[in-house]
Amino acid sequence: MSDIVAGLLQASLLFSILAAVYVPFGDFMARVYTGTRHLRVERALYRVCGIDPDADQHWSGYLRAVLAFSLLSVLALYLLQRTQQWLPLAIGMAPVDPDQAWNTAVSFAANTNWQSYSGEAAMSHLTQMAGLAVQNFLSAAVGMAVAVALVRGLIRRRTELLGNFWVDLVRGVFRILLPIAAVGALLLVAGGVVQNLAGPAEYATVGGGTQVLPGGPVASQEVIKELGTNGGGFFNANSAHPFEGPTAVVSLFQILLILVIPVCLTRTYGTMLARSGAGTRRHGLAVLAAMGTIFTLSLVGTTAAEMAGGGSATQAAGAAMEGKEVRFGEMLSALFATATTGTSTGAVNSFHDSFTPFGGGLVLLNMLLGEVTPGGVGSGLYGMLVLAMLAVFLGGLMIGRTPEYLGKRIGPREIKLIALFVLTTPALVLIGTGIAMALPGTPGAMTNADVRPHGFSEVLYAFASGANNNGSAFAGLGADTAFFNTGIGLAMLFGRYLPMVFVLALAGSLAQQQPAPATGGTFPTHKPLFVAMVVATTLIITGLTFFPALALGPLAEGLS
Amino acid sequence: MPARIPARLRPYSAAARVLLLMTAVLGLAYPLAVTGAAQVLFPARADGSLIERDGAAAGSSLIGQDFDGEEWFHPRPSAAGDDGYDGAASSASNLGPNSEELLAQVRERRSAVAAQNGVAESAVPPDAVTASGSGLDPHISPAYAAVQTARVADARGLPPGRVRDLVAAHTDGRALGFIGEPAVNVVTLNRDLAGLG
Repeated sequence: MSDIVAGLLQASLLFSILAAVYVPFGDFMARVYTGTRHLRVERALYRVCGIDPDADQHWSGYLRAVLAFSLLSVLALYLLQRTQQWLPLAIGMAPVDPDQAWNTAVSFAANTNWQSYSGEAAMSHLTQMAGLAVQNFLSAAVGMAVAVALVRGLIRRRTELLGNFWVDLVRGVFRILLPIAAVGALLLVAGGVVQNLAGPAEYATVGGGTQVLPGGPVASQEVIKELGTNGGGFFNANSAHPFEGPTAVVSLFQILLILVIPVCLTRTYGTMLARSGAGTRRHGLAVLAAMGTIFTLSLVGTTAAEMAGGGSATQAAGAAMEGKEVRFGEMLSALFATATTGTSTGAVNSFHDSFTPFGGGLVLLNMLLGEVTPGGVGSGLYGMLVLAMLAVFLGGLMIGRTPEYLGKRIGPREIKLIALFVLTTPALVLIGTGIAMALPGTPGAMTNADVRPHGFSEVLYAFASGANNNGSAFAGLGADTAFFNTGIGLAMLFGRYLPMVFVLALAGSLAQQQPAPATGGTFPTHKPLFVAMVVATTLIITGLTFFPALALGPLAEGLS
Repeated sequence: MPARIPARLRPYSAAARVLLLMTAVLGLAYPLAVTGAAQVLFPARADGSLIERDGAAAGSSLIGQDFDGEEWFHPRPSAAGDDGYDGAASSASNLGPNSEELLAQVRERRSAVAAQNGVAESAVPPDAVTASGSGLDPHISPAYAAVQTARVADARGLPPGRVRDLVAAHTDGRALGFIGEPAVNVVTLNRDLAGLG
């Protein structure tokens, strides 16, 4: 079988499984977020925590709950890292330095999982389990809750109540994430991922040397790292590490875990619209089609670039195998890279810094698009819905009609919030990169300072990854400095929570409206023309914003 | 109870309690339950797929090891730790596609591999001159194994056909015929090679 055919079959298998679970899993999630009954264990939890699960929150109350929960999450994670040496399962780890602990705490609470530390050298088993992995669940559930709140804003009329954050959070964790994680973790162990509580142990090797091998509760963290589009590896080498990604089948399963919730949430969206009468299932499909179009283009481009093998060192080697594992090869590595940067995951099974100029440029572009192809759990759906509303607005300008999405007017207040949402991450990326490049110490942090465009790409990638809550890296950048820990920490913090503020305010504003009845002149937002407009809007807005920066980095390197 | 807490602070009180309960369930109960189940269902894999040589544990079949000398199949170059294949310091080189440093490394490795094995430089496959993502890649490509077969057979005084058969036995094809890439496990190959005497 030729390599290309094998690669196509590999991707087809992935898409077939996603297609098979799309309807049942999407509808299941819709039931989770719309059901009125609470499980007994959930009821007990609400009682202990002083929560009235049947009281809907105003958008600002919903937002306050999101922010309070996230703030305490950051604090708890910071304290855990600073005191890990005194706690159980310390396996000899020292406390994490303050600037790195701050960076890591924000990183995991904000669903980014940027890692300026090396897991096997810095974190105790307890910090990994009870700190980092817990936030992998919770930050994912927070993202899904905010997306559902926006959907309710589109559905509801003449109210400002968006649901109850605590209920959405608890259901997301207990009904969706935890059951899949428990089964998935055991499947990973069956595939070879380790799961124990042992510390590092030394072995005599076959060839007569010695080697220290790490242990740890890896599978239980690995599964939610992907399912919750988090991405923070237990080990430094992330899913390229054979104890995290032992075989190609396991790696393909991990890609499925990364994509399954963001993809199926578009069905959840369509089903919630259809059940309430606010729209149809085809509205959800249209959103998926826009995501899938860009994903497919990006996957084809990245795979082609890696197989073509651009770059002088790559050509001397004969193929783009630097930073890639033999068992995965170029195609599975390109597929993983597209999935991890098209979502907010940032896990890697190969190292993007050594990708060809255009291959690395495309995975960078996936993040700069705002991670909407299909995006992080929840954040992908709300990001794409904001872009859909922006497309409606731009379309309305062209034909001089009042822009409406699902009958809700995109008026001055709404478009201001949409504009703020769309501008937040580009501002963080470009300002952060600009400041970093102006500092004299930055070239010293680059692994590839000898190739100027590539060194610049390392810094641009770091801020793109932070502000968009991805967490993958052009890992040659030595980011464990006070400047990068603090600066990327701020980018992650604002890049996560400012958009959430704007989305929830937008949801509140939409929920207040009485939708206008559809007429013959209403622009249909569930047809191919609309999909094309959303794709064009996404590409043009990002292209205009980032073209100069991309021209200085990957384009300059690839074309020279 | 909530009535006694000022309205402004109420979300924090709920948040603190939710966070504490979630940490107990997701941070302790869940990983410990998975560990218990994994240790019962798949104990060998959960503990790192350890291999034995002469009755003693000799590392993991999943984690690459360094092999030096004529009588061994050599693994890929590694960026894990200062000397490579450091199991406590997984890492890629992160050198870019146009890096001068990487270019120099590739050229040096190519001529070294060609000289060691007595083959033309053009016969040296890409995985032999590039470092893996983890620095712990246990595999080499079938092409790189083929390049080394004659040298290893010669050094061990074994018929080349016998070594070739052993390589074939340690070669994993693509799963289902299309997932991943064909790969030869250097660690288990060398272990069984040593067993041949």
